[in-house]
Amino acid sequence: MQTEQFWSTYGGILLLVGVAAVLCGAMVTLSWVLGPKKLTPYKASPYECGVAPVGDAKERFPIKFYLVAIVFILFDIEVVFLWPWMTVFKNSTDLQFMITSFTSFALYMLTFIVGYVYVIRVGAIDWDETTSLEPAKLGLEPVEGDSNSPEVSSLPAVGVTA
Amino acid sequence: MYKPVILPIDWSMIAPVVLVAMVGIIALCIEMARPKKNNNLIVGFTLAGLAVAAIAILVQFDMDSYRIGETLSGMVTRDRFSLTMQLLVVISAFLSVLFSEGYLREKRIPFGEFYPILCWSAVGAMVMVATQNLLMIFLGLEVLSISLYVLAGMSRSENKSEESALKYLLLGAFASGFLLYGIAFLYGGSGSIHLDTIRQSWAVGNSGSHMLLLFGLGLVLIGLGFKSSLVPFHMWTPDVYQGAPTNVTAFMAAGSKIGAIAALWRVLDAMGMMQQYWMPAMFWIAILTMTVGNLIALGQKDVKRVLGYSSIAHAGYILVGILAHVREPMKIGSDTVSYYLLSYALMTIGAFAVITLSARAGKEGTKFGDVQGLWHRAPLAAGSLIVFMASLIGIPPTSGFIGKLLIFKDAMAADLAPLAFVLAVNSIISVYYYLGILRSMFVVDEEGEYVRNSAMNNGLKSACVICMVGIFGAAIFFSPLMQLFGTR
Repeated sequence: MQTEQFWSTYGGILLLVGVAAVLCGAMVTLSWVLGPKKLTPYKASPYECGVAPVGDAKERFPIKFYLVAIVFILFDIEVVFLWPWMTVFKNSTDLQFMITSFTSFALYMLTFIVGYVYVIRVGAIDWDETTSLEPAKLGLEPVEGDSNSPEVSSLPAVGVTA
Repeated sequence: MYKPVILPIDWSMIAPVVLVAMVGIIALCIEMARPKKNNNLIVGFTLAGLAVAAIAILVQFDMDSYRIGETLSGMVTRDRFSLTMQLLVVISAFLSVLFSEGYLREKRIPFGEFYPILCWSAVGAMVMVATQNLLMIFLGLEVLSISLYVLAGMSRSENKSEESALKYLLLGAFASGFLLYGIAFLYGGSGSIHLDTIRQSWAVGNSGSHMLLLFGLGLVLIGLGFKSSLVPFHMWTPDVYQGAPTNVTAFMAAGSKIGAIAALWRVLDAMGMMQQYWMPAMFWIAILTMTVGNLIALGQKDVKRVLGYSSIAHAGYILVGILAHVREPMKIGSDTVSYYLLSYALMTIGAFAVITLSARAGKEGTKFGDVQGLWHRAPLAAGSLIVFMASLIGIPPTSGFIGKLLIFKDAMAADLAPLAFVLAVNSIISVYYYLGILRSMFVVDEEGEYVRNSAMNNGLKSACVICMVGIFGAAIFFSPLMQLFGTR
């Protein structure tokens, strides 16, 4: 009886998994086996919006892209929390709720603001490479009398391909 | 119209966690405002804040009939075990902060950010140990780990440090995936992410939900086993321990392990009813963890790696204590595990604190050769290292001995004699490599010259003394401590 119950509960989804596996496997395998393979260099090259590809994909680019992305996600999440709270707060008439929730939300946002001030202070979103790539900040030994050490100036600038 | 309900919150339950988090935030503010040359204010503030948090935990111990209970809709649990574990985490963080500043300066990485991040890491561990809710365990684990990933890569000019951070991040993310997937299956099998409900649902469940629960438990155990470095999942431990800055390693070895072991204890405790299925697996994992950790440590040339493997072996010893508890939940409480973790935290942090002495002028030196002649240069550090090693081996007047004895006794009482036997044999094996560290400390090479190390500083001195006193104190005040830890 228990086994029956298991199959009646999960049988459908297992069947779906099985059908999907067989169907997809068959489609991919058959098209791979039966399909014609006439490979030209032009065909084998990666598709870049119809423009001929330029340069190498393995290129160094500034870590600041990631920093901006992280900061963006953090504030994105803050907005996600802000939205439902605001919706409830707007229609609320309960004074105790309004005070409590407003205080807790203000405290919550305060932590973000502290973080944001920190981000600005350490220059995480400072895109001026003469200051943000200062050797001391990168953990490299500072070069006397030269603010741009060789390692730094050899980094490709944004958007410039080799 | 929607009428919002404000649930009553028992703030005292989350006060320690909130305190430590606030300490981190304020320390970051101090970091932003400070005169750039000096971290002293941050260190002082962090230490004071952690001490206050420890008091906030200790006060809760003191209540006549301490209120076991939950708040925030079952997200936070307070019982003896959670209070004890939180206290241990705070102590580990305190000790790690205590000796950090001198080391960070010597390594030329005096970032003030270290202290807030360490506090938040401790917050993660504290959240993790004070809950019966699987998602809170996951959340705590992530907060703990993400902070540790950052800290491990803090020495940015050093390849080893970067490597350890990347390794830890990739493998840790992998383990988190396992854990979360397992939680999803446990939820599927029981309709809840609360361990108590999952425990009950096993009793009333059918074979279908039993399958889901077992599969989910397996995945959760892999995730937690990774974090507490049990053997098939231990590969990251020595590399990460070696590469990370030594003060970070100290917290990683103590605080992070306390969190993971506590979560493991809770999960296995809740899954006691299905132990006929998982007990054989955990039995062998315990044997492997003890043996492999000790055997590989024999061939190591690096003190931090040796201590890394030794921490694997100790995780195995603690696992024996957990298994004994699960087999005989009525007779054997959590006090053994708590006591062992306390003495483990003290001796591990102490040992790593002494090892920080071998860093100098921005370079890490942790080979056996780098501690040569420590006895002549820093007798206090060397003397305390003897105590830590004696305790790690388990030589009588130390708390390490009593901890091992308790686990041995529990294992015998719970009919796990093979594990007790393996534990005893492994303790004997471990003598060799612990003594190896001590021997190199006394040796001076042929020319009579030894490597120059950084000087002792007050923070390091006090960390050594506190750990040493703690190790003997825990042995002397054995019965009051066991009473404090309670059975549950």
